[in-house]
Amino acid sequence: MSGLAIEKISMRFDLPGGGSVQALKDVSLHLKEGELMSVLGPSGCGKTTLLNIVAGFLAPTEGQIVMNGHTVKGPDAERGMVFQQGALFEWMSVRENVGFGPRMKGMPKPEMAGRVDHLLDVVGLQDFKDKAVYELSGGMQQRVALARCLANDPDVILMDEPLGALDALTREKMQSLVLKLWKETGKTIILITHSVEEALLLGERLLVMAPRPGRIHKEYRLPFADLGVGQDLREVKKHPDFAVRREEILAMIWDMEEEIMGRMEGAGA
Amino acid sequence: MIPLLIYVAIFVVSYYVVTKVIHHAARNDYTSLKTVTFGDESAVRPNRTASVISILTLFLLWGMFTGSTLLPKFLHMPGPFEGLATFDYTAQLPDGQRDTATVTVLVHPVDQEVSAPEVDLGDGWAKNDSATIGAWRSGLIRVDQNDEFGRADGAEIVAVNGEQIVPGGSVQTDFGRVGMSPKGTLTFEPAKGWQMEPIWLPAPEAVAARVAEIAREGFRGSTLWEHLGYSLFRVIIGFFFGALVGIPLGYAMGLSDWFRGWFDPIVEFMRPVPPLALIPLVIIWAGIGETGKIILLFLAALWIMAIAARAGVSGVKISKVHAAYSLGASKAQIMRHVIIPNSLPEIFTGARVAMGVCWGTVVAAELVAAEKGAGMMIMVASKFQNTDIVIMGIILIGIIGFGIDMLMRWAERILVPWKGKG
Repeated sequence: MSGLAIEKISMRFDLPGGGSVQALKDVSLHLKEGELMSVLGPSGCGKTTLLNIVAGFLAPTEGQIVMNGHTVKGPDAERGMVFQQGALFEWMSVRENVGFGPRMKGMPKPEMAGRVDHLLDVVGLQDFKDKAVYELSGGMQQRVALARCLANDPDVILMDEPLGALDALTREKMQSLVLKLWKETGKTIILITHSVEEALLLGERLLVMAPRPGRIHKEYRLPFADLGVGQDLREVKKHPDFAVRREEILAMIWDMEEEIMGRMEGAGA
Repeated sequence: MIPLLIYVAIFVVSYYVVTKVIHHAARNDYTSLKTVTFGDESAVRPNRTASVISILTLFLLWGMFTGSTLLPKFLHMPGPFEGLATFDYTAQLPDGQRDTATVTVLVHPVDQEVSAPEVDLGDGWAKNDSATIGAWRSGLIRVDQNDEFGRADGAEIVAVNGEQIVPGGSVQTDFGRVGMSPKGTLTFEPAKGWQMEPIWLPAPEAVAARVAEIAREGFRGSTLWEHLGYSLFRVIIGFFFGALVGIPLGYAMGLSDWFRGWFDPIVEFMRPVPPLALIPLVIIWAGIGETGKIILLFLAALWIMAIAARAGVSGVKISKVHAAYSLGASKAQIMRHVIIPNSLPEIFTGARVAMGVCWGTVVAAELVAAEKGAGMMIMVASKFQNTDIVIMGIILIGIIGFGIDMLMRWAERILVPWKGKG
């Protein structure tokens, strides 16, 4: 079976002070190759935990991740990761950062250099190859992070709020870049975000998760990601369905937040 | 008290002169446009004029209070009285009969041999006296020794320069203080002025001359460079071994829970023990030779380096490690390409601290016992009250310590430019 299967994942752990947390309960889904899925949910719904399990950084207490027919046991180059920020190696130049994965695998230098140059062209950083990463702006750093992940040619790219720390304008440009890279490379992508608009724009599939315990609340299939490829994303946002979906999902998340607040007040009283 | 007042006065006056009167070349950078500077630490830049004046002031005060020849005479504080001092005393016999005579005291520089001035004995039964006293010193003057009626005859001294004096009391004269011992003998203490005696504080040029002399001729069988070089050599070797053991130990503590648990109590216990407290034990075990010194400095550097390396490992952002793993790096590659470079800034900070502590410890250890070294030099000099060598030693120790720190900062800038940029 190709693609990525998340099979009945549950995660429960004890707290230091006694008691335990059910972070995830019975989460199952299947991603076909080349699918782009965004994950949305209020804080505490376990979306980052789920991503870390898929990446192999955490072991689930029940269930398993099956990727290309084998069970995930730990982190691996087949599953690349793009973090929010600060995951670049600041002791390396832009070029060295992007070439990190191939270099670890022992790829011959000329081949590696060619790949790095190509990817830096793709993300628009050809003039910054030899800069130190801390000399770049936040948006440029995330371009480096994307290029570094792609340089390793993973099957799945896991993105943990990669655009969360960027300003609105840069964010919009980066969203277009993510769509472009998705279409051009045909990678399977899971993208976690806090922004409903971003989840709508960057998800063929959109997963809304609910908290306590973390679980899948609702799933959408959306046309906007396909519409947005190579287009001005502001035009996509004008699509009549876009506003409808946005309001629907916002209301859903609001309800969940209110429920959490209510429960907390109930517990406090 | 007076030096402090002068110091404060120079501080205040130069502040007004430099900031209010002289308008230095207007700066036009961003900080110069800030209106709120009080409370904005980033707007407080050291005023380099103040630094220069501060250093000059220290030397000025030093020169003023030691009568330095580098300064024009009018800047000198009043020196000790030197020359001929005179005062009169009045002696009284039991029957009330009084007579007055003059005492002439030659106050001479302490390093000169002089003989008492010739004086006419005068008439009356109390005879004139003469004596010598070194500047800054005081001495007994038995004025009744040559009188016709001495203490044995019941004569006692009742006044100096016409002022009444009693045992334990004193009278100020133009040349100094005349006191009376409880038994009735006069003492004379020439005016000391405000200058420091060279055995307490030599003039700057005397210290400079001593530096030149010791640099030329050496001290206690070794040249100045040997003394300083030995101290430096001990620090470098001790620090080297401390880092050689401490850094891997710190890494192990940062990477393995067993190592962490095993060494935590030892490191946490040894960290607050000042290395100076280990000197006696090290001397008992290893003697006062090089081995003992190097063991001591090794111990001083070891814990600091271990803790720095441990902090460097714990300080690595987990997302960097995760990123490296998901890019396919092995554990060894993560160690080499992520953990070590990420911990270098911490290790450099630790190394700077360790070098500073080692430098302080080596001097202290040499003060206790050594055959060569900067600390030994000042310790031996102090036993002979060679204050100039002591001051020279302190200045050289300070310069070397400062130099080590500057060197480490420079190396840090060159080798870990990414410090604080993560």
